[in-house]
Formats: sequence, C-alpha cells, structure tokens
Amino acid sequence: MNASVRQGKLIKGQTGDWEVVIGMEVHAQVTSQSKLFSGASTEFGGEPNSHVSLVDAAMPGMLPVINEECVRQAVRTGLGLNAAINLRSVFDRKNYFYPDSPQGYQISQYKSPIVGEGEVVVELDGGKVANIGIERLHLEQDAGKLLHDQSPTMSFVDLNRCGVALMEIVSKPDIRDAEQAKAYVTKLRSILRYLGTCDGDMEKGSLRADVNVSVRKPGAPLGTRCEIKNMNSITFIGQAIEYEARRQIEILEEGGAIDQETRLYDPNKGETRSMRSKEEAHDYRYFPDPDLLPLEFNQAFVDALKAELPELPDQKKTRFVADFSLSAYDASVLVAERESAVFYESVLDRLADRARDGKMAANWVINELFGRLNKEGRDITDSPVNAEQLAAIVDLIGEGTISGKIAKDLFEIVWQEGGDPRALVESRGMKQVTDLSAIEKVVDDIIAANPDKAAQVKDKPQSLGWFVGQVMKASGGKANPQSVNDLLKSKLGV
Amino acid sequence: MTDLTSLTLAEARKGLAAKTFTSLELTDAHLSAIEAARVLNAFVMETPDQARDMANAADDKIAKGEAGPLAGIPLGIKDLYATKGVRTTACSKILGNFVPTYESTVTAQLWRDGAVMLGKLNNDEFAMGSANETSCFGPVGNPWRREGSNTTLVPGGSSGGSASAVAALLCMGATATDTGGSIRQPAAFTATVGIKPTYGRCSRWGIVAFASSLDQAGPIARSVRDSAMLLRSMAGHDPKDTTSADVPVPDYEAAIGKSVRGMKIGIPKEYRLDGMPAEIEKLWSEGAAWLKAAGAELVEVSLPHTKYALPAYYIVAPAEASSNLARYDGVRYGLREQGKNIIEQYENTRAEGFGAEVRRRVMIGTYVLSAGYYDAYYLRAQKVRTLIKKDFEDCFARGVDAILTPATPSAAFGIGEKGGADPVEMYLNDIFTVTVNMAGLPGIAVPAGKDAQGLPLGLQLIGRPFDEETLFSLGEVIEQAAGRFTPARWW
Repeated sequence: MNASVRQGKLIKGQTGDWEVVIGMEVHAQVTSQSKLFSGASTEFGGEPNSHVSLVDAAMPGMLPVINEECVRQAVRTGLGLNAAINLRSVFDRKNYFYPDSPQGYQISQYKSPIVGEGEVVVELDGGKVANIGIERLHLEQDAGKLLHDQSPTMSFVDLNRCGVALMEIVSKPDIRDAEQAKAYVTKLRSILRYLGTCDGDMEKGSLRADVNVSVRKPGAPLGTRCEIKNMNSITFIGQAIEYEARRQIEILEEGGAIDQETRLYDPNKGETRSMRSKEEAHDYRYFPDPDLLPLEFNQAFVDALKAELPELPDQKKTRFVADFSLSAYDASVLVAERESAVFYESVLDRLADRARDGKMAANWVINELFGRLNKEGRDITDSPVNAEQLAAIVDLIGEGTISGKIAKDLFEIVWQEGGDPRALVESRGMKQVTDLSAIEKVVDDIIAANPDKAAQVKDKPQSLGWFVGQVMKASGGKANPQSVNDLLKSKLGV
Repeated sequence: MTDLTSLTLAEARKGLAAKTFTSLELTDAHLSAIEAARVLNAFVMETPDQARDMANAADDKIAKGEAGPLAGIPLGIKDLYATKGVRTTACSKILGNFVPTYESTVTAQLWRDGAVMLGKLNNDEFAMGSANETSCFGPVGNPWRREGSNTTLVPGGSSGGSASAVAALLCMGATATDTGGSIRQPAAFTATVGIKPTYGRCSRWGIVAFASSLDQAGPIARSVRDSAMLLRSMAGHDPKDTTSADVPVPDYEAAIGKSVRGMKIGIPKEYRLDGMPAEIEKLWSEGAAWLKAAGAELVEVSLPHTKYALPAYYIVAPAEASSNLARYDGVRYGLREQGKNIIEQYENTRAEGFGAEVRRRVMIGTYVLSAGYYDAYYLRAQKVRTLIKKDFEDCFARGVDAILTPATPSAAFGIGEKGGADPVEMYLNDIFTVTVNMAGLPGIAVPAGKDAQGLPLGLQLIGRPFDEETLFSLGEVIEQAAGRFTPARWW
C-alpha cells in the first residue's frame, strides 16, 4: 500500500495557491425493522403517517425506549470504521420548534457519543491513498417530512420517517479536495453496505452529507468555514466543493472575509447559496434526556459483535491480492461495491481450481462482465450471466477445453441466450482440438499448399505467425494454439 | 348509604368481600357525594357511566371469587394520567378536549386489580403549583376551614383535587403525582396520607410529563394502610419506561403494624428553619416522641446541602419542563390558534394555551438551558443535586433507617393569599419536600396534628431507595398516635 497523502489538489488564485480544507458530517439511516425509540416500522414509501406510533407523534406522556438493534448497528459501524467504542454514552435533547419534530426536540447524542475516533482509508487516482480521520459517530432521530404541495394555504406533515435511527458520522477536517471528498463518501458508503448497517441509497435519502468547506494558503491556520447542507449525491458533493472553494478564494483575494454560514447547493445552477447566517443559528439548548438512562454495555457485547463482523473491503482487497495475485487496482475494483465482491467470490467458490484460475476469473469479471454491464447500463445484480455460468467459462479455458477467443464467443452466447456453458461447448462443437493427428493433417495441408512461404520461414522466423493463423482459421479456431505452434516449428525446422 | 363513603379502603374491601354491600352501592354513594360537592371543584370530569360499568364488572368478579386486590374500590384519577377514551388535559387549556387512545400504565394496573374510576381530578396546570390555583378549571377548595371562618382555603398542589376529594370522602383513594412535593404537601394540607415512592417505582408511561427526572406517581388515601394497598397496585417495572426500576414490589400492607423497635430515625438540623412557626416545631417534636415511644432511636443528622435544594430544583424542574412542554405546539392535537405562518401559530397557540405559571417556568427553563447560561445554572444545579443525594446516602450509610421532618412550613392558606406578588413565596411551600425528589427517595406525609386555627398539619418521613415499607411501618405509628382527622362538612 502506498503512503498516505495529506495534500490535495491546490487551487490557483490570483495571489497564489490555495488549499481547501473539508470536513464532513454524513447522516446514514440505520438499517433496522423499527425506529430508534419506538416500535413503528421503518419501511420506506408507506402511505403518509402510516408508520407512526404514539411516541413518534409525541402524544402526552409517551416515553422513548431504545431499540437495541440500532445500538448494535452503531457499534458494528464503529468497529468497521476502526473506531473507539464508548461503553457509556448519553442521549441528549436538541431543542427546536418545527412541525417535522413533534416532540419539539430531537433525541441525539451531544457530549458523549456511542463511537469515538476512528479512521477510513480512501483510495485515490494513481494508486494513492488518504487516511481520513473519524471524529465521532452518534445515534439520533430522523425528522418527519413537510409536504407543501397538498393545499394552497397549508402545509402537511408526514411522520413516517420521524424517529427513524440515523448515525451521524463526523470526519475530522482531513479532506483536502473534491476528489478526496468524493472518494471518502464512496468508501464510507461501501463500508456501511458491507456491514449491512445502512443501505447507502442516496436517492431515497438513506445517506446524506453536510460538507464543511474552508480555504487557506498552504500552511496557514484554518480559515472560516461554510457548511453545505443535505447533499445526497456524490457528484454534487464534488461540484459543490469546487464551486464553494472558488467562491471563498474570490472573496478573500478581493480583501473580503468569509461569513460563517449554512449554504445550500443548487445543482441546476451549479452554485451554493446562503441559507442562514451564524447569527440566525438556533440555540439548541442541549441537555441530557431525562427520559433515558445513559446507554451502557460491556466489552463482551462489543467483542461478540466484532466476532461476527463481515470481511470489509480493505481486508478483502488484501486477501485477493495475496491469494490470487491480483493487482491492487483490480482488487479495488472488485471490492468497491459489496455486490461485485459477492459476485466475484461466488465465481471463485465454483471454480474447479481457484488457485490456478482465480486471477483469470478476476479478469473475466472486470473486463468482460463489468465491461459489458457498463455498456448496457446494467447493474451486477441483474447480470444476464450468473456466477455459475462465468465460473464454467473460466473452468473451460483453464482446463484447455476452449481457447480465450472461443470463450469470448461462448460468453456472448450465454449473455444472449443463457444456458450451461459446458453443454453449449459440446452441442455447438466449440471444443478445442488437441488431437495431434487431426491438427497435423491440417498443418501438412497448409505447408503443402504454400511451399514458397514454407521455404522462407527459416530466414524469416516471424512469418511462422502467418502459418499459425492459417491453421487456426482452417480449424475454425478450435485447434489448440500451443500444439499448432509446436507442430509447425518441428515441420518447418525452425 | 352515604355512610359507605366514610369507610377506609381496607374497611370497604372487607365489606365487599363479606357482601355487606356491592361495589355498585359503594360507587353510587361516591357518585352522589361528588355531585353534592361540586363547589369544591375537585373533579374536572365525572365518569358515572363508566364507574357503574366498572362497579358491575367488579361485583361479577367478587361473586365469582375472582376479585383482584382492589376489586370494586372507587377511585379518583388525577387529570395528569392518560385515561383511554376519557378526556385528559393536565388541567391546561392547551390540551383542549384531548382524549387519549391509550391508558397510563399506573391506571391500567389499578383497573387490572379491579378498581373503579369515578372521574378525573383537578390539579395545577401541568402539575406546576403548590395551591391548585393554576388549573384552567379554576381553584380547588379544601374541605378544611379555619375554625370560625368561612374562607375557602387551598388544598395544596399540585394534586389538590386528589387531596380534596379524598379528604371530603368523594373517593376512597386517588392517584397523584409528585415532582417537588405535589403529593405530600396537599396530603398535609388536608389530613390525608400521601406517599411519593422512590423514583422508578411507578411507571411514568402515560402520565403527562412535567419534569421527567423528578416526576413520580403515588397515591393519596385516608390511612397509611390504604395508601400501602394502592401503591402495591400502582408500582412495578414497566418496559415502556426505561427509568422504571426492575425490582420486585413487596406486599406493602404487610409492613403495617410491623415493630419499629430499634429503628434509627434521623432528625435533620438543617430543617429547623429561621422563623419556623412554633406549632410546626412542636408537631415535629411530638412526632419524634411518638416514634421514640414505639422503640425507635432518635439521632440528630446533618443534610448540609439542604438550603440549596429549592433553588436547584427551580432550575432543574423548569429546564426539563421547557423541553417536555415543547410538544404542545397546536400541530397535532389540543388547542390551535392560527397565525400568518408556523412561528405565529406556535406563538399564538402557546400564549393562549398556557397559563401564567406555566409560561413563567417555560421561560425560566429556556433561559437556564441557553448557550452561555447552561454551565452557570443547569450544570451547577445538577452538581448540587448530586451533593444533596450524597447527603442522604451518607446519612443512611451511618445506619439511619428513615428521616423525620415537617411536611410543610405552614398549614393551608386562603385562595389567592400567596404568591400573587412574588412567586417565590409560593415556591417556599416545597422547602421540606423538594430534597426528596432531587435525591429520588421515597417520602410519605402523614397527618399528625392541627394548628391553632384547627387546620391539619403533617409530618414527613423520608426513606432509603425502594424502602417504602419502613415508611409505612413508621407512618402507621404516627397515625395511631395522632389519631384520625375528618373535616366538618360545609359543602
């Protein structure tokens, strides 16, 4: 693994180079059947207000009860981020009035979060990596949703999402440019999906990020930051950072100062705009929620979760490189999405000789399968060629039954028509000819038909290739190329 | 049949079991009494149909020999408890005609054990008050009057309706809640018995919250035994309230009549206030003497942080209240006063829906939690709370079994007499009781005597966590020595 980079891409201004400093707060919806403090379902897309308990609607006298599965999910996530797990944490009330928050406060964790410092290793272009520090992870309630398009005079509120568990994952200000920021969110999302603690679906809002951006001259103290709220696309995160950094640099170079404020990114205009200034910021009057005891568990609870943790992308990548001599790049491609890694591993599981053909299988998954899927805009989960079929194709190459070239034709047939590759090779006569006498006959025929060329071969050994081509053509591609080569050499005396 | 209302709960239980009378007869007697006592304003909602249905059901069970421990006993329910299908308002205009679709855990347990609901009882708005004068339904009258006077006095608060109804024989017992003295102070003002159990003993689920870390449910009844019977049904762990304690509930009645010989009773010197009325002082000494005569040992103890308890309480309780009451916003239930936008709707609804005392405490609570003030007020108050708790722990660690104090610094006062100009004058009513809530301990108020004007006075016993039994044993000793007090009927 390459050394970690701390520096990112500098931005050239009128007065010289500027460095961007970025920290992120990612809100990840916890995968769980029920909400953080109530038994209501977390299912997405129900009729408005169909998944609302008395607790979610903040009826008088209702009390929150912690959902233990959400606690386990937060601890799993903390372990996946190589972070310190706090055996004692405290739920606080964050007080503010808004109709999407029926209690008049959000239950969150302020001073004592469930997870402390950790680290995420992020892959960058050119094989470089950046280590991004995690400041903390805490559990909190999601809010409901206001609907402004139901009536001309009133707003409606849907509390289905209200009270669903979120993990707020706060990074250290270790990110230095838009590329690193995008890579960080991508990697974080990948880890959460491997862990099964968040589905990572940014379109549904399961993963959203608040991005803090400031600029400075390299080596200078941190500048004043602006927070870009509620980003739900990795592409937009990149665009917003680029825009925001340039906006700040422009202000500073014209002698102005940055106002600390909250901004929103408008993807249509490609710019950020002010949402509220520091003066308009809420005073949330945090205090420990007296309805909930401090959240306490022992190390054995953490250890048990740790023991059941699935293999994470970094570990998987290391293993692929070690076991199958994959390049670091290929291994990264395979592990980036959990589904890709699952597919590759089920191919491996079905191979007759994974030590021999593991690397070839990786090439086939990455080049043939992913290439084709990308071209058609399809997802690995609805690939027409399944792991069993691809493993069979790789087996057929590995054992010498078909050549790589025939394999590509076979892949095409399986893609289009489906079927068992081994049976297809039989039924369509695609088997490689290794019977020496059959090949010898073809070789003899070609030499006899081309005496001039045969005579020249001794002086120009490179023209042997022409003979190989002729023989392969005459055999319909089924002759074993190595056998053809050997035969030609001995017959032509090369 | 009006005689039936003067029975204690224990006596009524006996009569029901012996089929001397039915629950329906008992219930009807109380319903008539309630009707005749409307001037007291103790009930804010009478539920006679429901009461008779429940009484009939209880009679069936008694006939079948399936009677629960409270079968057929008519009770009043403080309006802070959510009652399924029955309007629940916490005596605040902001809840309007709110009818819960759910039953509080504590009342559900009472119905499980066969009790009968007569109706909902008046209280200070959101339990904020010490005289039951802040209710949106108006003040409650105390059945006790000064000798030779027609002035209506307050029954104390916030459980004023509960205390008044029990003292006036309108119900055999009542549920109440206590955040800073709201069970014990009204009990003392009406010569009834009120126990605030250990924090966590009763579930808070379904009880309108005032200050979550201090609120506890408890009964008000006419005897120590009756309060023990009621608490047994009300108490118990509830998975829906994570602050409720998973400890077994003993048979509290078994503690009645248990010898107190050899028990060590602490007399805290810090409760001897400057300017304390001599009759309170005298009552306290008398109580100590009764316990001593029963074989208990008296020891002077020190609770050095007592003087900080009231100010710290008036930071912690409003802070929690300001947040707990944020849900009353006119969006989902209760009162809604429209505005040009959502902020105006909030402002109009809350200005119209909350009374002056509630608004004052919401303002105080908001202030003490604000950025820049949190450390100076809320955090400090929590530190004081820790010290108060430690004072008691040190005391119990030296072998003290219970602590004896006056319940209130004075007897009941007239409606409108206190707190008009200075709210602190009213807050001082809780000076002997708030420490117990701050420390989460059990405390019982037992009638012990009368002042010069013939008004009842009470003593308070404070116990170790989850040791309500000792309080019942000691309380009964005082009860036996002091005798029973019944107000002369004037309503």
